[in-house]
Amino acid sequence: MAFNMNPLKNPMPTQDAQVRNGNFNEVALGYTAEMAIDEAKRCIRCKHRPCVAACPVNIDIPEFIAKVAEGDFEGAYQIIAKDSSLPAVCGRVCPQENQCEGKCTRGIKAGCEAVGIGRLERFVADWHNENCNEKPQKPTPNGHKVAVVGSGPAGLTCAGDLAKMGYEVTVFEALHVAGGVLVYGIPEFRLPKAIVQKEVENLKALGVKVETNMVIGRVITIEELKTEYGFEAVFIGSGAGLPKFMNIPGESLKGVYSANEFLTRSNLMKAYKSDSHTPIQHGKCVAVVGGGNVAMDAARTAKRLGAEVHIVYRRGEEELPARKEEIEHAKEEGIIFDLLTNPTRILATETTDPRNPSYGWVSGIECVRMELGEADASGRRSPKEIKGSEFIIPVDCVIMSLGTSPNPLLKATTPDLETLRRGEIAVDEVGKTSIEGVYCGGDAATGAATVIKAMGAGKVAAKAIDEYIQNK
Amino acid sequence: MYQIVSKKSLNPTVTQMEILAPFVAKKALPGQFIILRVDEDGERIPLTIAGYDREKGTVTIIFQIVGGSTERLNHKNAGDFIPDFVGPLGKATHTQGLKKVCVVGGGVGCAIALPVARALHEQGTKVTSIIGFRNKDLVILEDEFKAVSDEFYMMTDDGSYGRQGNVTVPLKEMLESGETFDEVITIGPLIMMKFVCLTTKAFNVKTIASMNPIMIDGTGMCGGCRLTVGGQMKFACVDGPEFDGHEIDFDEAMSRSRMYSDFELHERDDACNLFKQEVK
Repeated sequence: MAFNMNPLKNPMPTQDAQVRNGNFNEVALGYTAEMAIDEAKRCIRCKHRPCVAACPVNIDIPEFIAKVAEGDFEGAYQIIAKDSSLPAVCGRVCPQENQCEGKCTRGIKAGCEAVGIGRLERFVADWHNENCNEKPQKPTPNGHKVAVVGSGPAGLTCAGDLAKMGYEVTVFEALHVAGGVLVYGIPEFRLPKAIVQKEVENLKALGVKVETNMVIGRVITIEELKTEYGFEAVFIGSGAGLPKFMNIPGESLKGVYSANEFLTRSNLMKAYKSDSHTPIQHGKCVAVVGGGNVAMDAARTAKRLGAEVHIVYRRGEEELPARKEEIEHAKEEGIIFDLLTNPTRILATETTDPRNPSYGWVSGIECVRMELGEADASGRRSPKEIKGSEFIIPVDCVIMSLGTSPNPLLKATTPDLETLRRGEIAVDEVGKTSIEGVYCGGDAATGAATVIKAMGAGKVAAKAIDEYIQNK
Repeated sequence: MYQIVSKKSLNPTVTQMEILAPFVAKKALPGQFIILRVDEDGERIPLTIAGYDREKGTVTIIFQIVGGSTERLNHKNAGDFIPDFVGPLGKATHTQGLKKVCVVGGGVGCAIALPVARALHEQGTKVTSIIGFRNKDLVILEDEFKAVSDEFYMMTDDGSYGRQGNVTVPLKEMLESGETFDEVITIGPLIMMKFVCLTTKAFNVKTIASMNPIMIDGTGMCGGCRLTVGGQMKFACVDGPEFDGHEIDFDEAMSRSRMYSDFELHERDDACNLFKQEVK
């Protein structure tokens, strides 16, 4: 088979930027079969396979790509499925440029691009979901019960792996739908919710029970799961859901949201739809404070709701923590980037009469210009205020996207559960916590990170839980 | 799915429902709240728990019809189901060690004040209850309150029932006459709680207010329910819903509570069948 030596990836077909910034349909449309085969032939099957080592769940990437090149898409899916339980999700939201694609041999030379591994993974998963209706077979039960707390990427992966080994797994979800951050956090235009639902349905076919509306810690404690309900082990994948604020004046004005609240209203509660019963502010001019992926999601959501949107970030373009692709998409859609800019306070409308409907609403955000100083010990250049450079961006909505911390509810209701300084649940390398039989992984243990890292932690913990129960 | 076991109209705008939710009933305590959704595309609405029966596995909620979702909930009847009912959320009322307490309820807030008064009464606390309503037609739970109170005061704004005036009138009189309480617990409209707290602050009587701000998840995730308490940002869902009333920034809470008032009015019109009738 001849390799395709084109230095560039097959471009991903997308909705036109000026059309998509007015709708919530998925931005990237996915490869056709021809594009996928053509792209797969760009993989030169190098000997040292750096992509596999760079994948947090070590998918056999060259093997699945070889199957794609042959046109055997189901064969490719089966290879991915051995290591990943959520390929349609990861193909869309993994930061491949820092993982598999970041190490790809084809991408090393200047001007050359890595093989589009993420795009191929997405193609294969979508092809499987469209063409194979076969539900996974329920394995023979081994008679052991495991509880999984949280149905985000870590919990779903851990549940899937344990179910495949024959465990009777129950997933407890606090919200009314399963999926965690995949449902409440990542917007429809980046990850259609139907895909998440399909993954959850696949888990149910494996025999996993999903109990929604169960806030573990309150409804049932971790201890009770073990003593009263007979679960031999518990996996905690409760994520990092606690939003941070800046502690600047004006953060409690009407029109100020945490990114979590804004995105939850739009994604989980479907407030972007005109017939939704959950309200969301359709701002005229919105400032999103922060530069991560969540900030991009919030900004692009606000844009779609009709606003002029500013990203306000205290460092420069180079330092933006969001994925390159998300930043590019945001720019194409008309998001304005106010970089080296830091908010100092949020201003309220002038009226002092509480009966006036405009009382207590945001009218602007005062910012100060920043410059980057010398690199600190970590090599990161820290931003410093330029004195006297304050200016005001007139906005009627501010979305704070400064990151999240692990949800404190479990710690508060489980006194024996040891946590670290920022509330992360303390674990060893396989996810073991300070309580026997209780494991943890994903953002709850690491603080906010990525979907694939959470999946990786779910996998490792599933293996450790299996060993723990088998050796009891 | 969660079944509505019984439904009772307490006054034209306030309805009581008993919901079959054994997991919630098993753990519920006075002061905690639940979140429910009325239908599959419904919003999440937080309601403080008005009662529970651990044996029957039921939780009682009492709600005022204020917006589209409560209007739709009120359309449901005994035997019907709602898709989601999660709880108990938030921290329970701290009642331990209290010997003498004044419970001040207003409007539909009395529904939540009642289980607190009852819990205090059952543990032997001397309970003084002051409950207030706009007028006679809106009075709810009078007998229930009397049954758990050592002293009882009924107030209406227009004097159509009980004594005329707001709840702070008898409270102030008592405090001025030298009456003391270990604690005053107040549950009701924000403006009422604000003035109860101002009244007790002058006499330095510890006062707890139960807050019911806008929220979505109820587990500390959205931050929509944030309040300023003692100059610090607090989340009502996980840090509350009860806080030291003398520390709460009520003006801010009142402003925030009106964030979606236009949307709410519109939603309620949409949900109300009367508004859909063509004018003949």
